[in-house]
Amino acid sequence: MTQAPDTTPLVKIRDIRIDGRTDETWIPIIKGVNLTLQRGQVLGLIGESGAGKSTLGLAAMGYTRDGVRISGGSVEFDGIDLLTASAAVKRDLLGKRIAYVAQSAAASFNPAHRLIDQHVEGPVQHGIAGRKDSAEDGIALYRKLRLPNPEEIGFRYPHQVSGGQLQRAMTAMAMSCRPDLIIFDEPTTALDVTTQIEVLSAIRDIVAQYNTAAIYITHDLAVVAQMADRIKVLLRGEEVETADTRTMLDAPTQDYTKSLWAVRSFERPAKPAVQTGAVPVVSMQNVDASYGKVPVLHDVSFDIHAGRTVAVVGESGSGKSTAARCITGLLPPTSGQILFDGKVLPADYRKRSKGQLRQVQMIYQMADTALNPRMSIGQIIARPVQFYLGLTGKAKRQRVDALLEQIELDPAEYYNRLTSELSGGQKQRIGIARALAAEPRFIICDEVTSALDQLVAEGILRLLARLQDELSLSYMFITHDLATVRAIADEVVVMKDGRVVEQGPKAEMFSPPHHAYTDLLLSSVPEMDPDWLSNLLAERGVDNIGDAAVNKI
Amino acid sequence: MIWFAAALLGFAALAWGFRVAGQTATGRAPYFRDMPFGVAYGYVLAVAALMWLVWAYTQGRSADPAVANKFFFLRIAVEGFIIFSIAAWLFRLLGRSVGTKQTKRLFRSMPLTAAFGIMMILIYVFVAVFASFLAPYGQAEIIRGVPANIMPGGDIALGGNPDFPLGTDQIGRDILSRLIYGAQNTVGIAFVTTVIAFLLGGSMGFLAATLGGWLDQLLSRIVDVLMAIPSLIFALLLMTIASVWAPRLGIPQTYFMILIIAVIDSTRVYRLARAVGQNIVVMDYIEAAKLRGEGLGYLMFREILPNATSPLLAEFGLRFCFVFLTIASLSFLGVGIQPPLADWGTMVRDLGGFVNFAQFAPMVATPPLLAAGAIALLAVAVNFVVDWMLHRSSGLKD
Repeated sequence: MTQAPDTTPLVKIRDIRIDGRTDETWIPIIKGVNLTLQRGQVLGLIGESGAGKSTLGLAAMGYTRDGVRISGGSVEFDGIDLLTASAAVKRDLLGKRIAYVAQSAAASFNPAHRLIDQHVEGPVQHGIAGRKDSAEDGIALYRKLRLPNPEEIGFRYPHQVSGGQLQRAMTAMAMSCRPDLIIFDEPTTALDVTTQIEVLSAIRDIVAQYNTAAIYITHDLAVVAQMADRIKVLLRGEEVETADTRTMLDAPTQDYTKSLWAVRSFERPAKPAVQTGAVPVVSMQNVDASYGKVPVLHDVSFDIHAGRTVAVVGESGSGKSTAARCITGLLPPTSGQILFDGKVLPADYRKRSKGQLRQVQMIYQMADTALNPRMSIGQIIARPVQFYLGLTGKAKRQRVDALLEQIELDPAEYYNRLTSELSGGQKQRIGIARALAAEPRFIICDEVTSALDQLVAEGILRLLARLQDELSLSYMFITHDLATVRAIADEVVVMKDGRVVEQGPKAEMFSPPHHAYTDLLLSSVPEMDPDWLSNLLAERGVDNIGDAAVNKI
Repeated sequence: MIWFAAALLGFAALAWGFRVAGQTATGRAPYFRDMPFGVAYGYVLAVAALMWLVWAYTQGRSADPAVANKFFFLRIAVEGFIIFSIAAWLFRLLGRSVGTKQTKRLFRSMPLTAAFGIMMILIYVFVAVFASFLAPYGQAEIIRGVPANIMPGGDIALGGNPDFPLGTDQIGRDILSRLIYGAQNTVGIAFVTTVIAFLLGGSMGFLAATLGGWLDQLLSRIVDVLMAIPSLIFALLLMTIASVWAPRLGIPQTYFMILIIAVIDSTRVYRLARAVGQNIVVMDYIEAAKLRGEGLGYLMFREILPNATSPLLAEFGLRFCFVFLTIASLSFLGVGIQPPLADWGTMVRDLGGFVNFAQFAPMVATPPLLAAGAIALLAVAVNFVVDWMLHRSSGLKD
């Protein structure tokens, strides 16, 4: 993040207007945004989904997605007008001087070619380096990005490499031509916190080393605070404000920015300790489970009491969701049992009675796949009402209306809509209403906020907290986001490799001493302090963060 | 051969000139500036082909019958293309101004090909439903006092008869009436067959996708075996057996044919329904419904089916064409729809000999082509509509 002496901007976007086609009309996505990026500078673009971050990032390359057009304004890259440049000029720029790192590296690599073959394609096509030189350079870049086995990893296929490693390989690929500008489109959003931290430090190092300018698109404020020199906040296609990272974090001037900053402050008051001898609503006792012959859970036990939220934390593959599948009966445990109100539940959901099924409801991570896209909101919520409570006709409609009011959506407006006409947060609310419609006592929330923007996620958390207080529900809250845990949990269960490594009340979990793994998880959550990553690296050293550290435990 | 190569080279030079001309004329507008050579070449080739077509059309209208006969069918094709295009355009215009808000919107975004397809399907349905009112004569009626093999066209000088605009066949039946009744028989039977194939294949496919396990294995292996036998030969074999059984049981042979083709085609539907179903079954909303304790019927028809409609509907269109062609082929081979019922496939077979006259008396060669054209037109129309529906459901924007 050195400051370049050259003062002519590398990217200059003036009053850009971008439209997207919906059915028959063009709807503005970006409504006149200016953007200036100096050489060697990193600009963070933040905003909620639909704010136009990615569209603006792509426009900086002079590119638009299908069904999108640039209707006004100008984009200049190093003095070249990208909007009127010929295809030949653009071909020469893209890949060579402007590179792009997509959100999902797994979906962006061609699964049929080895990493190194895809890596050398850019330099060879652009005539910068021969195959052999470029491959050697690739290995050097892999080493710089701290990929394990840099000599050998390039000869693997994308599916043989983990997500975090792929994301770093993709950054190496973007670097292969030593571009002047890299656009990072949410490169760590799909990764676990422990993996994210490695990718972040790798990207930051390499961008600084080669004095590359970058546009870093994300919706995570703490991440952008680590990466960017300047931050630009977007809201519905318009710029809210732009400032230096430190100025922005310390003294935001606009209300919207302040509200973004305030999201992380939501925290519920602690509840009194559970009475000893109280019967837990759900109790997992010494549960082992396996997928086929592969064991996934080992001796997992925890209790969930009435009116309490138990957060189950761990990275992907730690067995959090599998534990939930055992409770719902989708995956019968190989040994151990699950008790509901002190009574043993049949292991297989097919053997459970309607009443037993009704008591355990689930809210899913992806509301898009959890709601039938061909059914209206009314039908989705009415089904459990009719199925479990036997209500029909007017009584059913009244119940559905009451449920919609409970989740703060207007029944008259939303009853007949399809899920495709709702925003992500509203869809998640419908998922909650469907779970509530069964009038359960226990709800499993599987990463319910991880696909949502922070402002929307906070709204969902507040709603869940309110409903818990009103209906004295018990939640099992599966998450990998410790900020969410801090906001809503009463008790925390930390899982790793199918084992519970630590459990207890929230206050205890967030104060030392920790289990080594809990400590690592806690320390990997980015904070809003722009020096956080630098301090952490100085304190722990590069070998003691992320996956490298996980493997040591 | 040398001429051919020279023409191609000439086109290449023309294409290069065309691009340069476009660039200078428009002041290097992005479209011409970024135009690859291949696209320019394509334009030149298309123009050349169009010019040949215009020349051939004028030849077809030439006063000299020897020349005109050579290009007779091309002339008909060009005229048909223009008439159908205008009709489809008018039809789309009609659809845009008449109807509910939704259908109007549908027609506004509809390509001309889809409008043509829908129009043709509507016409076929109309003709099939009202065949008995539209047809001037009965389908099996041998008209007395009229010679066989009257030429189509109604031109008395050439041996036609204005009372029979499309002429009569070898035993003196009106071809127009038989064509109209053929719509009823062929299209009607094909439709029923396709519906049965979908009911059978669709429900079995969803069942296999939802339950999986040994049932899926069993059904899939049975389907594999059925699919391994060439379908037309298999149908022919079964039809031969059926032709022995039908009189003994007193059931018309046509019922057997419907059932046999439906079963053979349901295997293809099964494959599709199973594949689509498997993608839907893994969705969270299916899991939610399972955990709610819903029964198999609700899962299959209320949760899975609504999400599988667009691929299934598209397949329905295609399958309908295949069934239709299978019936026509079976009729052509003599085991399909039995005479005296009018059927397009049988008509092609019976009148096929006249095609030999195409060189010098094109009008005489027309009768078998009329029935064949009716089949081809419907197949094209259905495919246009299916393409459009697939495009819509895939959510592509252009």
